Amino acid sequence: MKKTFILENLDCANCAAKLERSLNKMDGVEAVVTFMTKKMVLEAEENRMEEAVSEAQRIIKKLEPQVVVKARGR
Amino acid sequence: MLRKRMARIIFGMLFGAFAMSLPTFSDVNQWGQLTIFLGAYVIAGGDVLLRAFRNIFRGQVLDENFLMSIATIGAFVVGEYLEGVAVMIFYQIGELFQDYAVGKSRASISDLMDIRPDYANVKRGDGILKVDPYEVELGETIVIRPGERVPLDGVVIDGHSMLDTSALTGESVPRDIEPGSEVLSGCINTNGLLTVTVTKNFEESTVSKILDMVENASSKKAKAENFITKFAKYYTPIVVISAVLLAVIPPMVLGIGDGAIWMDWVTRALSFLVISCPCALVISVPLGFFGGIGGASRVGVLVKGSNYLEAMAKTEIVVFDKTGTLTKGTFSVTNIQPSEGMEPQALLDLAAHAESNSSHPISLSLQKAYGKVINPQRVGRVEEVAGHGVKAQVDGKTVLAGNAKLMEQAGIPYTKSNATGTLVYVAVDGVYAGYLVISDEIKPDSSQAVADLKKSGIRKTVMLTGDNRHTAELVAKQLRLDQVYAELLPVDKVERMEELLKEKSPKGKLIFVGDGINDAPVLARADIGVAMGGLGSDAAIEAADIVIMTDEPSKLATVMRISKKTLAIVTQNIVFAMGIKIVTLVLGAFGIANLWIAVFADVGVAILAILNSIRALRYKGE
Repeated sequence: MKKTFILENLDCANCAAKLERSLNKMDGVEAVVTFMTKKMVLEAEENRMEEAVSEAQRIIKKLEPQVVVKARGR
Repeated sequence: MLRKRMARIIFGMLFGAFAMSLPTFSDVNQWGQLTIFLGAYVIAGGDVLLRAFRNIFRGQVLDENFLMSIATIGAFVVGEYLEGVAVMIFYQIGELFQDYAVGKSRASISDLMDIRPDYANVKRGDGILKVDPYEVELGETIVIRPGERVPLDGVVIDGHSMLDTSALTGESVPRDIEPGSEVLSGCINTNGLLTVTVTKNFEESTVSKILDMVENASSKKAKAENFITKFAKYYTPIVVISAVLLAVIPPMVLGIGDGAIWMDWVTRALSFLVISCPCALVISVPLGFFGGIGGASRVGVLVKGSNYLEAMAKTEIVVFDKTGTLTKGTFSVTNIQPSEGMEPQALLDLAAHAESNSSHPISLSLQKAYGKVINPQRVGRVEEVAGHGVKAQVDGKTVLAGNAKLMEQAGIPYTKSNATGTLVYVAVDGVYAGYLVISDEIKPDSSQAVADLKKSGIRKTVMLTGDNRHTAELVAKQLRLDQVYAELLPVDKVERMEELLKEKSPKGKLIFVGDGINDAPVLARADIGVAMGGLGSDAAIEAADIVIMTDEPSKLATVMRISKKTLAIVTQNIVFAMGIKIVTLVLGAFGIANLWIAVFADVGVAILAILNSIRALRYKGE
């Protein structure tokens, strides 16, 4: 399944690329970070999703502490 | 945020200027001046220093903040105070401008996509409630006032109006809406009051689907983008290592004990550190594609990913489906041939009335061509002749309307025609009265579309159709298509597609354009699947890589031009950013480029690349 998030304060293109690289090191998770739309799309198995999201949040916190992760709302 | 950063820059500048001019009016010593320079430096770049420091502990050594900090601190160490402060200020100005430009282009895209309706006026009980479109259920009745946006897809039950569909289709001519018409969310009701029954909930309605698609478009990244991020991954460490080597090896060779030589080479190494920042490179590509996708959606074409926009420029073969793509897919009376002594209008009148009881597409198109209200009083007994047509009493006369076999069966002598399309022969009281031709019309811009594609260098245009050979060849000839395959079953279409795929060069692309009905496997098999998204067909929007909302095949050439322009911009950006960086590195190594030029090579280039990218958004005709 796929989940989309908005990364507020994602303000540099290379940071987005670095983030994407680190996120893709997670096991069984595919991540796409798009600088222009500030979007992060995570793809993982349904039973692994929750874990993947919290792991992703931890990675983001570490690499780009100013970024706020928001689930895509209505 | 912005104001705080502006303040940093301005105060940093003031302090720097003060420190610089200090010796001219007071006899402050070198240490005093250094202190004020340091003050200016911390004001201008304190946040950069702080982030650099924090990131070291996060194991991120080669980030931009760190590189900038080391370069500027280095400048202080070698005694270039002014350089240290100025480079930091310059860097901050560049970053500020870069953020501003990115923010602006983000905003201009979201303006473009500003089609989300805010509310719906729903009829509940006796009153009308203003609610979030999400809360409206299927089958509820909504009211759309003039000037309001249609919040959900539905069918009009009351009211007449003109609907501005330009937000969805790029089409500027408004559509006439009357009871029974379908309305799509995202359009704007221009003049009349409409009452509409909701047929799709918000998640399923057109506006949500389109927004979803466009928002997700840039997550399918183009090859050029993956290339540049990969390049950046190696570029920075390599340049940093070169900087270290540059600072250490030449002085060891040239004079290990000579302080001046060390100073010189360390300064050169510092400019390397500044140039090693990768942002200008990394930002130059996605922004261009982002603009291109935005530009395409402006003309009513939705591109589902940067990769498709990139691939489109390399198209060699374009394969069209016929019905619904090159032709309108709706049947209409295209020719009326009465026999001697019969008026065309009278023939149509008879045929329309004879067939008035049927809901077959043929009878519907007869009624549409007739244009007037059918008078059921004039029609008596009607007898369907299965597979052949009808035998009906109209105005007390016996009218036969149907195919050639119907005439033969009744033993009526008639003139056999070999016109393409479906023929309806008519006889009145046993006497042949003429025939009508009902066929699918070619879209007005189809022939322009094929010509434009040829002009833009497409090698081959092909048409696949399940229709009969005679009709197919006639259409192909009229449109000047290179090749046509007729009488194909859906399975045959895939087979033909495989053959065509072998004909293109390894890097070339094949585009299939269809209306999304019955051709999903072919859409999927093509390098790029383009669907006539039309107002409505969900299957097409789902299956295709590119959706033409206006159903005009000529938009294909338009998108191809946008694609080529975008690719040109992206290539310019890559070449320009890399070129300037490499030249500056070489100049820096020889001691010609100082820190000032190095900073330009970083932020200056990024800004120019951004400005160049914004051009991709502004597509104006040819």
